[in-house]
Amino acid sequence: MSRRKKTLDVISFNIIGYVMLTLFSVVCILPFWMIIVGSITSERYITAHGYSLIPVEFSTESFRYIMNDAKGILRAYGVTTLVTVVGTFFGVFINAMAAYVLHRKDFKFRNFFSFYFFFTTLFSGGLVPWYILCVKYLHFKDKLYALILPGLVSVWNMLIIKGFLGSIPDAVTESAYIDGANDFRIFIQIILPLSTPVIATISLFTALNYWNDWYNSMLFINNEKLYMLQFYLYKLIGSAQGLLIAADKAGVVIDRPPIQSTKMAMTLIVIGPIIFLYPFVQKYFVKGITIGAVKG
Amino acid sequence: MKAVIKEIKKKKILFLMLMPAFIHVFIFSYLPMAGAILAFKRFQYNLGIFKSPWAGFSNFRFFFISGDAFRVTVNTLMYNLIFITVNNFLEISFAIILSELSGRIFKKITQSVMFLPYFISWVIAGVIVYNFFNYEFGVFNGIRRALGLEPVDVYNSANWWRVLLVFFSAWKNVGYGTIIYLSAIMGIEQEMFDAAEIDGANLYQRIRHIMLPSLVPTMVMLLLLAVSNIFRGDFGLFYQLVGTNPLVYDATDIIDTYVFRSLMTSSDIGMAAAAGLYQSVMCFITILVVNKIVKSVHSDYALF
Repeated sequence: MSRRKKTLDVISFNIIGYVMLTLFSVVCILPFWMIIVGSITSERYITAHGYSLIPVEFSTESFRYIMNDAKGILRAYGVTTLVTVVGTFFGVFINAMAAYVLHRKDFKFRNFFSFYFFFTTLFSGGLVPWYILCVKYLHFKDKLYALILPGLVSVWNMLIIKGFLGSIPDAVTESAYIDGANDFRIFIQIILPLSTPVIATISLFTALNYWNDWYNSMLFINNEKLYMLQFYLYKLIGSAQGLLIAADKAGVVIDRPPIQSTKMAMTLIVIGPIIFLYPFVQKYFVKGITIGAVKG
Repeated sequence: MKAVIKEIKKKKILFLMLMPAFIHVFIFSYLPMAGAILAFKRFQYNLGIFKSPWAGFSNFRFFFISGDAFRVTVNTLMYNLIFITVNNFLEISFAIILSELSGRIFKKITQSVMFLPYFISWVIAGVIVYNFFNYEFGVFNGIRRALGLEPVDVYNSANWWRVLLVFFSAWKNVGYGTIIYLSAIMGIEQEMFDAAEIDGANLYQRIRHIMLPSLVPTMVMLLLLAVSNIFRGDFGLFYQLVGTNPLVYDATDIIDTYVFRSLMTSSDIGMAAAAGLYQSVMCFITILVVNKIVKSVHSDYALF
């Protein structure tokens, strides 16, 4: 801000502000610290005293134990990555195409189709018919596409992209028309490159949604080989036995499995990529929220 | 009709480009709307939605008479109202603080840290609650035991959940909302502040008379969206943090968890569909009413 005189109002505001922000930041970051501490504390200590705030008895047994099921985790990573990449690519592409068509002023049925999409944000049939449609008529049970298809089209994202396209002047595409390029070519070669900012942020949001998705897995997936990461973790947290089975399958005999510390270690392995990428992608998310907010 | 076909021929490629999204929305949004008639049927899986026998309003009657409808509706509404109030209050406060503090590095760090929980799935938030409040191993009871106090069975206590759910809703969402309000503040003309300062307004007066009024459009927009969804609970928050625990349904059961549970565990698919349709209709009515009111007061803010 501009030059500020240190008057009483500014001083008191600063005190309140620094205290509030610091408190809330600690609240936001502390749980992550707790997960790290929990994963490197010995099982013996946790069983006796519970999870601790500060690392006491250091131990890597939880990670060593997880290594027994490295194959399962790697597979969940693979499934999650595949679903995220495929879903994000096709989802954003389909949404962007639709947004472009709805943005074209010479497209006569623009209003009809806009309403067709918009109405779905106002009214839905509810979870139950949707679920029965997916399971009984589309055979989603234990299929990879069950994890990709439901989140593919987002009307909300479509509207955000459409809003952005409005800022591209029509003159840009005119010469291409005169040269006889068709609509699809213009979309690919001119419109997409010009809308990189919005496409990038929408892609990030879509990817994050796919990466963090557990809901579709919970509804449709029973086959362990198709578990996504979040769901894998959910299963593991929910059952103390889940771990044992995983170790059993690997043919490892362990008399006292480090269940509690392993729960935290597994969580850490699941958050890992997000925490790692967060510093790099954060600013694009911030930009994306701002675009979306202006649009709304 | 002829004109339509001619137009389609002329704009063939545009139509083809629209088709994937059109078909997807048709299958996943419009077909379930038709399938909502399930609420008036006695569903038999082998017969499918359309061949199952009619049941009139008996699914709804059952849902309302059991008292479940009242309980989950009140919970859904109350929680959403509290979430909206608490979260918006915090978001606006933090946005104003972030815009006025001078410590550049401090602001950068706190903003990043506050935004982090938004990137975490509810599953992980569930682990965090487990880490803190698990009866045997949780940090909370660990501290209590160390101080010689009785451990608390947080997971089975309705009142604890009332606090925790509000807390974690804020924990996860406030960072996101703060960014929206902050970008609105950044859009305010700097001259206004300078003029007010020259006129002798102190910092609090500037916030009260310039910043807050400038935030009204953003606030109204966000409130509109939130109020439109007031009958829709955050399923992930309730399901992942609380799980399925009949002991605390009074405090933690919302329409979404109720519908999900009825669908998954009971054989009463018809009633689950009735509860779901009830929710959709309530949502729809709410949006129309809220939009109408906003339109009559200030048409610029209306959704449609």
